[in-house]
Amino acid sequence: MTIARRDLLKAGGAVIVSFAFRPTVRSAEAFALHSDADVIASQGSDGKPLDPASVDSFLAFHRDGTVTVYTGKVDVGTGLRVAVAQMAAEELGISPRQITVVDGDTGLCPDQGGTGGSTGLTRGGADVRQAAATARQALLALGATRLNHDAGDLTIADGEVRPRAGGAGATIASLIGDKRLAIAVDPKAPLRDPASYTSVGQPVPRPDVPAKCTGRHVYVHDFTLPGMLHARVIRPSSIGATLASVDEASIRGIPDVRVVRVGSFLAVVSSDEWAVVRAAAELKTTWSDAQTLPGSEGLERWTRSAAIDRDQAVVTRGDAPAAIAGAAKTMSATYFWPFQSHASLGPCCAVADIRDDGGTVWSSSQGTHGLRANLSKVFGLNPARVRVVFLDGSGSYGTNGGDHVAADAVLLSKTIAKPVRVQWSRQDETAWDPKGPQQLLDVRAGLDAAGAIVGWDTEMWLPAQAPGARALLAADAAGLAQDHGQGAGAITQNGDPPYACANARVLVHWIKETPLQLSNLRAPGKIANVFAVESFTDELAAAANADPIAFRLARLTDPRAIEVIRRTAQRFNWETRPSPRPRQAAGPLTGRGVAYMRYKQAENYVAIAMEVAVDPQSGRIAVSRVVCAHDCGLVVNPDALKNQIEGCILQTLSRALHEQVTFDRARVTSVDWASYPILRATESPAVDVILIERRDQPLLGAGEAATAPVAAALANAVFDASGVRLRTVPFTADRVKAALARASTDLG
Amino acid sequence: MASYAFRLNGRAVSADSWDPAQPLLYVLRNTFSLHGVKFGCGLGQCGACTVMLDGKAVRSCQTRIDRAAGHSVTTIEGLGTPASPHRVQAAFVAEQAAQCGYCTNGMVITAAALLAQTATPSDEQVKQSLAGNLCRCGTYTRILRAVTRAARA
Repeated sequence: MTIARRDLLKAGGAVIVSFAFRPTVRSAEAFALHSDADVIASQGSDGKPLDPASVDSFLAFHRDGTVTVYTGKVDVGTGLRVAVAQMAAEELGISPRQITVVDGDTGLCPDQGGTGGSTGLTRGGADVRQAAATARQALLALGATRLNHDAGDLTIADGEVRPRAGGAGATIASLIGDKRLAIAVDPKAPLRDPASYTSVGQPVPRPDVPAKCTGRHVYVHDFTLPGMLHARVIRPSSIGATLASVDEASIRGIPDVRVVRVGSFLAVVSSDEWAVVRAAAELKTTWSDAQTLPGSEGLERWTRSAAIDRDQAVVTRGDAPAAIAGAAKTMSATYFWPFQSHASLGPCCAVADIRDDGGTVWSSSQGTHGLRANLSKVFGLNPARVRVVFLDGSGSYGTNGGDHVAADAVLLSKTIAKPVRVQWSRQDETAWDPKGPQQLLDVRAGLDAAGAIVGWDTEMWLPAQAPGARALLAADAAGLAQDHGQGAGAITQNGDPPYACANARVLVHWIKETPLQLSNLRAPGKIANVFAVESFTDELAAAANADPIAFRLARLTDPRAIEVIRRTAQRFNWETRPSPRPRQAAGPLTGRGVAYMRYKQAENYVAIAMEVAVDPQSGRIAVSRVVCAHDCGLVVNPDALKNQIEGCILQTLSRALHEQVTFDRARVTSVDWASYPILRATESPAVDVILIERRDQPLLGAGEAATAPVAAALANAVFDASGVRLRTVPFTADRVKAALARASTDLG
Repeated sequence: MASYAFRLNGRAVSADSWDPAQPLLYVLRNTFSLHGVKFGCGLGQCGACTVMLDGKAVRSCQTRIDRAAGHSVTTIEGLGTPASPHRVQAAFVAEQAAQCGYCTNGMVITAAALLAQTATPSDEQVKQSLAGNLCRCGTYTRILRAVTRAARA
C-alpha cells in the first residue's frame, strides 16, 4: 500500500488547528506528512521504495486518478515542481494538474543529489521522466491485457489507456490505482516524441503561487509541532571566539526562558518566541578575543599576496604565454569580485524533533539527503532513524544558513529532548551564512597585426577547496568532531573566452586560507569569471575600434551562439559603433553594453544587452532596460523559465551594483539591509527575455546561466556611456564617482 | 498578563501579552497562526512583515501590540483567499509574480494599501510605494506589472 495523499490528509487532520482558515492542499499535506507521529514512525517500514532504480520510488498512482511524484530535488521558488510534473505528465498521458510533487523528503523521496549546479531538471526531472516512461510501457501492457488489444495499438491520453483507433479504454486508476508497479526503471524505455508534446512547453501556472499570494503557503518558518519550543542561538562576538561567561540574571525579567549551553554553543529557549528574541538580545555574555580575519579593506591586495596551496591549469590550449610574448600587441587588466552573501530575505529556520538516536528535521536545505548524512555523523545519530523533510524556505540561491540552522535545532532538541524551532536573526543570517568567495583575475591577451586574438591567459586567485562536509557552526561551538571541508562549487569555469583563439590558458592559484566559510552561491564563480572575460573582450573591441557585437560575431562559429547575440541586438535596436560613445553634453551619460557566454562552456547560450544612465554628479548608475536572448534547448515551462531568467538578471544587477561583504579583524560587519544593501523596486529596469526554444535539443538547467553575463554587460554599458572601465565590484556610486573624477583628470 | 483587544480581519479578537512592546508580528503568527505575515529583519528594513493597520500599510515588526490595541488589523489572509482573491492577489497570480514568495506578503499588502488610496497610480508611484519592500529573487518586474494590472482591474 503506498502512502496515498488522502490518507495523509486524514492522518494529519487532527494535528494542526488553523485559525479561521482552511489550509491549502499543499499545506495540509505538508502538515499531514510531517506532523503525524505514526506516519513518521512508519516511514520506510511501509515499504515505499526509495531506490532510484525503482519506478515506485518516483511515482505513486492513486485510485482517484491523481499521481504523486517523488523527487529528491527541491523547489526553492524556482518552479521545479511544476516543471517536473509537466515532464512526468507528458510521458504518462495525464494532465500536470493531476500530479502532486513531493520534494526533498528523505523518508519518501529517492536521493538524486543536492539541488545545485542547475541539475534540478537535467537530473531530477530526467530521472522522473525515465521512471514515467517506464511506467507508460507497463500501463500499456496492463491495458493490453484488460482491453484484449495489442499494446502496440494502444496509447495513453487523458489518463486513459485506449486504442489508437478508438473504442473503449481503461483509466490508469483502474489499472494500477493505489497499487505498486514493482518494476525497475528501464533506462531504454522510449520517451515521447517532442513533436507530439502537449504538456511540456506549455506555460502551466505554478501551483504554489496562489497560496503564496494569499498567505497560505507553508514555509519551514510556519511549521509547528505540539509542545514545540522556540529558540534563538547567540553566536560568538567574533569568529572563532569561545564563550567565557553567561550572566543569566541579565534576562531574569523575561518569563519562562531557559538558557542552554553546550561548550561555547549558547541558546535561549522558551514556548514564547518573543521571549527568546528579547532574551537573545539582552543576555549578557563575555567571549574570548579573536582577531583572525584580514579585514575586507584591501582584500584584493591580501588575495594577491596570500600563501598559495597549489597552482592548477584548468584550461590549456596551445601555448598562451608564448603566443602573447610574440604578439604584435598585448593588453592586460585586473578584475576583482568581493565576498557576497546569499542574503536570503527570510533568515533561515529549522524545526527538529530528536529522540534518542533518531528523529525528524524540517529544513529548507537544498540538499536534504546530504544534510541527513552530515547531521547523523556529527551529532551521533543513526542515519536510518533520521528523516529530513524539505519545506520551502526563503529563496536560498545555494547553501545559505539553512544547514547551520538545522544543526542548531538538532543540537538543541537532542540536548533538551523537546521539539525545537530555531530561526536566525537578520544579523546572523547576513553575517554567518557561508559566503560566495572573493575572486581576483588577471587577464592578458595578445593580438596580431590584423587584430586576431592569438593568445589569452587568465590567472585566478581563489580560495582552495577542501574535501569533506562544511563545518556546522553549532558543532564547532559545542566542540564536536566534524569535517572542515571548504567548497564553493565549480568556481573556475568560464575563465577562458568563447571566441576563436588558438592559444588559451586558465591558471588557478589556489589560496591556502579563506577568511570566511565558503559555500556555493548561485552560478558559483562564473559570474565573476564572465565579468572578467567579457569585460576584457569589450576592452579588446574598444582597442580595435570595433563595435562590441561585430567584434564578438567575427570570432564565433557556433550558430546557437550567433543566434542569441543576433536576436539580442535586433530586439535591443543595437546601434553599431565602437565604444565608448562620443562625448555627451551635460546631464546623465547614457550608453549600452553587451555580453555573451555559454554556461560552463557546454550548456546554455545567453546574450544580454543593457542600457544605462550614469549620473556624473552622484556616480549613480541607473539601468533602464535589459534584453536577454536565452537558449537552454528544450523548454519545459516558458513562463516559469522567464521568471527565473528575469530573477537571474535582477539579482545579479544587485550583486554588481551594491553587494559586498565587509569584515574587520574579528567579524563580519555587513549585517542587515542597511550595511548589505540589495536592489530595490525603484531600480528595476524593463526586462525583455527572448526564449529560443529548441524541441530537438536536450533540456539544460536554467536556474543560473542568465546571471553570468549580467555584470559584464553592465560594466560595458557604463564604459560606453562614460569611457570609464569598472573592474571592481560593486559599482557603488562613490566608486563610480571616483573613477569619473580620475578619468577627467587623466584627460585634463 | 495584559490583554489587548483589536479587530483582526474583520473580527473582534483579543490577545494576551506579557510584554506591551511585543511586536504585532509575533502575536499574529503565534497567537492567531496567521503565518502569511513574515519575519524578515525585525528592523523595519525589508517589508516582509507588512500588514494593514486601519487601512495603512505598516511594519508589524515595528508595531507594538499595545499600539495595535483598539485598531483594525488586516493581514494577507484577510484580504482574500485562493478561491476568492483580492484583485491585487488575483493580479499577482495572473502575472505569476512570485518566486520563493517570502516577500509576497509585503508586496501584496503594500500594493493593496496603495490602490485603496490612489486608484490609478503612475508607474513611478507604484515603484515608489514598493521602495521599502525588498525582493531577493529579483521578481520586481513581475510585481510592478501585477500592481499595474490590479489598478486596471
